[in-house]
Amino acid sequence: MNGIFFQTPDDVEFDRVRELVEKDRFLVDGAVDFGDIILAIAMALISFVICLIATMLMVWFERKVVSRLQNRIGPNVAGPFGLLQTLFDGVKLFFKEDNIPREADRFVFKLAPYLALLPAFLTFTLIPIAGDFNSVTNSNGEEVFRDGSAEVFGRKIFFQVADLPVGVLFFLAMSSIGIYGVMLAGWASGSKYPLLGSIRASAQAISYEAALGLAIAAVVLVTGSLSMNEIVQTQAGPGFLSVIPNFNLIVTGFIPFAVFIIAGTAELNRPPFDLVEAEQELVGGFHTEYSGIRFALFFLAEFMNTVTVGAIIVTLFLGGPAGPNFDGIFLLGSIPGWIWGFVWFFLKLLAFLFMFVWFRATLPRFRYDQLMELGWKLLIPLSLGWLLVLAGIRVARNGQLGILDTPQADTILVIVVSFGILLLGSAFIRSAMNNSRRERLIAAGFDPEEVV
Amino acid sequence: MVNVITFIIAGAIVLGGALGVIGFPNPVHAALSLIASFFGVAVIFTIQEAHFLALVQVVVYAGAIVVLFLFVIMLLGVDTAQDLRTEPLVGQRSLGLTFGAILLALTLGGLFLSGPGGEDGAVALTGQESVVRPIDAERSQIEQLGEDLFTRNILAFQATALLLTIATVGAVVLVRNKGGEDLVIDEPGRSVE
Repeated sequence: MNGIFFQTPDDVEFDRVRELVEKDRFLVDGAVDFGDIILAIAMALISFVICLIATMLMVWFERKVVSRLQNRIGPNVAGPFGLLQTLFDGVKLFFKEDNIPREADRFVFKLAPYLALLPAFLTFTLIPIAGDFNSVTNSNGEEVFRDGSAEVFGRKIFFQVADLPVGVLFFLAMSSIGIYGVMLAGWASGSKYPLLGSIRASAQAISYEAALGLAIAAVVLVTGSLSMNEIVQTQAGPGFLSVIPNFNLIVTGFIPFAVFIIAGTAELNRPPFDLVEAEQELVGGFHTEYSGIRFALFFLAEFMNTVTVGAIIVTLFLGGPAGPNFDGIFLLGSIPGWIWGFVWFFLKLLAFLFMFVWFRATLPRFRYDQLMELGWKLLIPLSLGWLLVLAGIRVARNGQLGILDTPQADTILVIVVSFGILLLGSAFIRSAMNNSRRERLIAAGFDPEEVV
Repeated sequence: MVNVITFIIAGAIVLGGALGVIGFPNPVHAALSLIASFFGVAVIFTIQEAHFLALVQVVVYAGAIVVLFLFVIMLLGVDTAQDLRTEPLVGQRSLGLTFGAILLALTLGGLFLSGPGGEDGAVALTGQESVVRPIDAERSQIEQLGEDLFTRNILAFQATALLLTIATVGAVVLVRNKGGEDLVIDEPGRSVE
């Protein structure tokens, strides 16, 4: 008998698992050296600075673009093209008197702005903002995809502060925590308008979070991972016929993308979903009583959130930093691949930020019942149904269905049947909605034929 | 070492938050301490490498349930400080203290009576990593959790779904006016005269 048999198979398995876990551990004693700590701190710091600069530029961008869309000039005095206007405004707000209303709950009143700002920044740390995700041919002649990392001082780094294994969920968690800032600010102010604003905000956020989550679930379903880095990796590559990219925008069939943009705009409380701070009805909404630096923090949080949600859309649906690099092409090829990643990311992000600003300048605000109707009766059923369709297609394509001869035929069957069900379901919902409206009108003493 | 320090801080937050929930006279402050407590629990999950559970804890409990609590508190206008010296239900506090003490005694008893350093004795109760470990470290936790939930525990999952549906239907039935009178269009819940 040799020594191996003294160890039960379970023990062997256990040791192997243990080894794997230890290897993965970040903060196990001795597993990190001083350089790792410095690197982590430096990355968090750089990310914070990038986030602040991006927010500052976003405020300027929004004011400038809205001005142009309204046939005005916008900020043009402070710095070149008025670029420094936000900085000056910030300094001004910093030195303004900071009022706390007599009826306010002092501790919560002071806490709320930080609760609004922190989640916005924490979400930004998840996003890969640069990196090369293109394929290279390795020594065996196989084509392998790069994972978006780069060598800096002999260390392998990723262009995101943390690549959590549950990255996308972290975004959802932070967006639900972000509500507290608005909600508590309104309550702690101790006056009517802020309270109404904050109640609107929480109702809106709860309603649209479900649709947001379901749109993300569609992305997770096709990607098979919650990690931001892997979500970008699956979208990289030349794509179908080297023309149509692998972006989730196309892979998930556009609907989750549209739902995400609408629900994301609602989560941001941006126009046309800005009932939370509807000036005509609620003065300034939840931040009516805020002044000085605390108001500045809310303002910062709002714009930081805009940048962050734009970046999340780019990462989830448009491949983030994935895009062509120019290996071997004269002059362009000498620029490292990760810089091209940043360029693609920035261009995509800019398009979405422009879209948000465009929304604001163009669309009138929703009425409250329209807001709830859109969220509950359209976006949630649509994204839920679409998720089921995507899951069905996936099962059929893997050949696990086995109704028809080939997986391809099964897939077509699933698509046809599920679209039939989708149409039928939407017809049912519509008729139920029309019927209930009719009954309400009759109950209120109207003739439903006359009221359109 | 790092784990121990994190555990002590998170544990203090959990306990402090729990004390705040019963100690603050203002319901909104109590709800805020509940959030702090939930966050502490999430951090403890993270120490145990249960990232998914940690985030679900934040999304579901801190992000959704307490938001609803606060929503109801604000909407009903019960956000004024209460006198904590009066006891709304007679005997509630003494009963609560008794059961709390019994629970603590059981936990501590289990911890100490199971003997030091046994293979599955004391170690099992302290939740050390030797016991709490991934089933399969090579696959992602979420994958394993999902597979377990949708294959072995599908019945419990479906039962939970049914329970939640019943709760929703129940809420709708409760807010509907009795006797099936017609509703006023602008004011749900009130019937036509």
